[in-house]
Amino acid sequence: MHKRVTYSSVWLPYLLVLPQVAITLVFFIWPAGQALYQSVLRQDAFGLRTEFVGLENFIDLFQSDRYLDVFLNTILFSAATTFSAMGFALLLAVMADRVIKGASVYKTLLIWPYAVAPAIAGVLMWFLFNPTIGFAAWALGGVGVEWNHYTNGTQAFILVVIAAAWKQVSYNFVFFLAGLQAIPRSLIEAAAIDGAGPGKRFWTIIFPLLSPTTFFLLVVNVVYSFFETFGIIHATTEGGPGGATEILVYKVYKDGFVGLDLGGSAAQSVVLMAIVIALTVIQFRYVERKVQY
Amino acid sequence: MNGLKLGLAAATAAATIGAATSAFAATEIQFWHAMGGGTTGEKVAEYAQRFNESQDQYEVNAVYKGTYTETLTAAIAAFRARQQPHIVQVFEVGTASMMAAEGAVYPVYELMEATAKTFDPDDYLDAVKSYYTTPNGDMLSMPFNSSTPVVYYNKDAFKKAGLDPDNPPKTWEGLVEASRKIMAVEGNPTCGFTTGWQSWVQLENFGAMHNVPFATKANGFEGVDTSLVFNQEPFTTHIQNMQDWQEDRVFVYGGRRGDPNPLFLTGECAMLMNSSAYYGSVKEGAGFDWGIAQLPYYDSVEGAPQNSIIGGATLWVLQGHDDEAYAGVAEFMNFLSSPEIQLDWHKSTGYVPITNSAYEAAKDEGFYKEAPGADVAIKQLTMDEPTEYSKGLRLGNFVQIRDIINEELEAVWSGDKSADQALDSAVNRGNELLRKFEESVN
Amino acid sequence: MVENNRMLTFVSHLVLVLGLLTVALPLWIAFVASTHGQADLIAGRIPILPGAHFMENWGTAVTSGLKRAGGVPVGLMLFNSLVMAIGIAVGKIAISIISAYAIVYFRFPFRMAIFWMIFLTLMLPVEVRILPTFEVAANLDLLDSYTGLTVPLIASATATFLFRQFFLTVPDELTEAARMDGAGPLKFFKDILLPLSWTNIAALFVILFIYGWNQYLWPLLITTDENYYTIVMGIQRMVTVSDEEPRWGIVMATAMLAMIPPVLVVIVMQRLFVKGLVEQEK
Repeated sequence: MHKRVTYSSVWLPYLLVLPQVAITLVFFIWPAGQALYQSVLRQDAFGLRTEFVGLENFIDLFQSDRYLDVFLNTILFSAATTFSAMGFALLLAVMADRVIKGASVYKTLLIWPYAVAPAIAGVLMWFLFNPTIGFAAWALGGVGVEWNHYTNGTQAFILVVIAAAWKQVSYNFVFFLAGLQAIPRSLIEAAAIDGAGPGKRFWTIIFPLLSPTTFFLLVVNVVYSFFETFGIIHATTEGGPGGATEILVYKVYKDGFVGLDLGGSAAQSVVLMAIVIALTVIQFRYVERKVQY
Repeated sequence: MNGLKLGLAAATAAATIGAATSAFAATEIQFWHAMGGGTTGEKVAEYAQRFNESQDQYEVNAVYKGTYTETLTAAIAAFRARQQPHIVQVFEVGTASMMAAEGAVYPVYELMEATAKTFDPDDYLDAVKSYYTTPNGDMLSMPFNSSTPVVYYNKDAFKKAGLDPDNPPKTWEGLVEASRKIMAVEGNPTCGFTTGWQSWVQLENFGAMHNVPFATKANGFEGVDTSLVFNQEPFTTHIQNMQDWQEDRVFVYGGRRGDPNPLFLTGECAMLMNSSAYYGSVKEGAGFDWGIAQLPYYDSVEGAPQNSIIGGATLWVLQGHDDEAYAGVAEFMNFLSSPEIQLDWHKSTGYVPITNSAYEAAKDEGFYKEAPGADVAIKQLTMDEPTEYSKGLRLGNFVQIRDIINEELEAVWSGDKSADQALDSAVNRGNELLRKFEESVN
Repeated sequence: MVENNRMLTFVSHLVLVLGLLTVALPLWIAFVASTHGQADLIAGRIPILPGAHFMENWGTAVTSGLKRAGGVPVGLMLFNSLVMAIGIAVGKIAISIISAYAIVYFRFPFRMAIFWMIFLTLMLPVEVRILPTFEVAANLDLLDSYTGLTVPLIASATATFLFRQFFLTVPDELTEAARMDGAGPLKFFKDILLPLSWTNIAALFVILFIYGWNQYLWPLLITTDENYYTIVMGIQRMVTVSDEEPRWGIVMATAMLAMIPPVLVVIVMQRLFVKGLVEQEK
């Protein structure tokens, strides 16, 4: 992981990292420190009365059944989103890799949802699945599924998973297609000569060779579903019904921004930061190993 | 070509002069509001502009800051950073939090005294005023947009079912019977009624109209050591009834806030219980003959019906600005509460007229003949002298409590919990938040 | 030879076309909605084909639709979004590439500490620490300015990390050769490393442009002056009307307007974007 050949200068490297470090310190470390400090306080919204309460906010948090539910929701949501976004993307990529002609046209037509703002994607999905005025709800009604994600927690959950996965399919597709195209044709042809059918070839040759891409996408998708789906949930279900679609990031926002419970929300931020650090280390380890080979 | 250039030059010059005058003279007043992209937003912008044009001492800058929640949080964040606006619009459930923030808010009655403006708090309707005054009658914030829940009903469906479209049911019993009659007719709505803002309509206003407490200490008006008590009769029976009514679609749940409105507008449900503020949307969206009725009550409950309570928002003044600016704030508030503005506001939105003079002016003008039903809300609000249970609610952390109530009620509608279980759980979880608030205030 | 089964090829195309249609469905419905009047939409007639109100809705969206939502012309909001997106993209790339360069090509005390500090900012979204970040920005007097819109969001480490990964794959022989030619560290960076990085820069530009364009909560908090409003804020404010029904036709027209620039960036730059990203992973 290190360069053999390096430059030496006493001041230049510090000058080069200075802007990045300054901005990180001011806009990340400082606010994060504030959040840490806030998490041991009880304070009214306006900051007029402050009281030190030690770890009480954390104790409250882990004693509440709700928080554990939200934890479970998050894991489930993350697994479901990652699985559907990657599965669908892989299916399309395998097909696109097969057709060769037109693959790039398909790519262009599939890539754009990546650019849609989560807040806008949420609005689109809200509109599409609205039980009374949405096209998808109407179509589902036509095949006998009564769609009402306002009362049905499972349907609400499916809705946020669809919305979150929709945005991520294009990204996964691009990587899978590139991964597939990098697999040497000769390998596949050899297997075909040995009499392996398309299904067998996929599972015994293509899928194992794709595993680095798959693992990378796994990390990216998990991170995405943990942290970047805030806007989608905010615009579709707001965590409802009955908290069925509430995930960790959304709860931090809701308790802090809507409920103005700054201490409780800050304690949750601290928990999230710990998760971020853990995920970062895992990702880092993995990437580091890959670069070395 | 030359003409165009000349025009451009003139426009630039005018803009420069305009900018120069305002920069010289006017004291800027920041007014943060939550009136979004529809008629309400247009009107607020118009009033600010009219005020600015009416004098040259002050320049009101009306800034839309998102939803009520986003607006309040933005103002609080700004206050913590000492960048707060002069005026912020806060929804009624934020009242207790604002009241507790002594040192952050500048009570309106003090402002009016200090700036010696002629201001008559008694012109405000009792039901509006009582929500926002201290126990000794001092007005803390300036009422601006107030509404109350009403029943919108499909007159065509009533006619087809042989019901009198001009005599909608007054009681819950009558409403259920009417629903079943309507649903029995081929081609009629297949659902009786739906409701938006479930906590506000089916619990808070339900309590007020049946004259029963929602919380102890006069619904929180007499102290922050209040506790929720809506896990008893008649609330429990009512919520249980609603769950049961779902079986034959007398009641269908369609989501929070205005989300169920399409159920009514598409003709799927015969009745909609929601804020009177949706008057304009219903008028625009309903492709059938419709009317407005008062919220139903249970005849068996003694004391019903009592007046309903308001929703909507008021304008709070924040501390930390100079006297010069506060004089402007007072003047702007007087301008907003003038009968002329209030009448226009009432007529162009579904909000109720909040001053007696605006209400009288609307009657004199014959507005309610032109827009039949537009006075149902105000009649329902003013039907009685407000009692200690129908003045309103003053609960800390109320935004979160409403969220909890939403969650628990949704569990009832989806059949996961009985009414008793859900209301008990809502009361317990809500009380925890009330205690937290109490601790943070003391 | 791999079998050239026509049936299989046909199935592949079929699956792809069905996939495309599924992915495009929300966009189609948005477009259809943008061509219908309010009454059709809220009365639940569920149109699936375009209606007659295209000009009306799009006209309102472009000229006055957004004016209702705060008096800001759509052109200005698009401009602000553009400034924010480009500011964030360029800023992040600039500060990241030099810091990645320092971390990879120099040995100096606290190198790893600095690397980890930057690295930890990688994933925590702004929403989670938004109130303290707002306080910091307010204390620095950054409210209502392009600086406030962009600079605080530059504090993220994605780009540094990607450049670091790329630099590690650059052969040491290049550095040695440059040194033999007498090129100092800055000259090496400018003449050799930077030209090699163009694909990565392009890829990052796309990602970061979209990240900046799509921000919602941060601009909402940091601006009170309408001259700094962005387009995504504009749409949200049209949807979250208090006590009214959103004007869906106009909302959808505006939403589509707001999508056009980032979608164009992705599509036009897709070759570079994909190449830059995927090579990163090799």
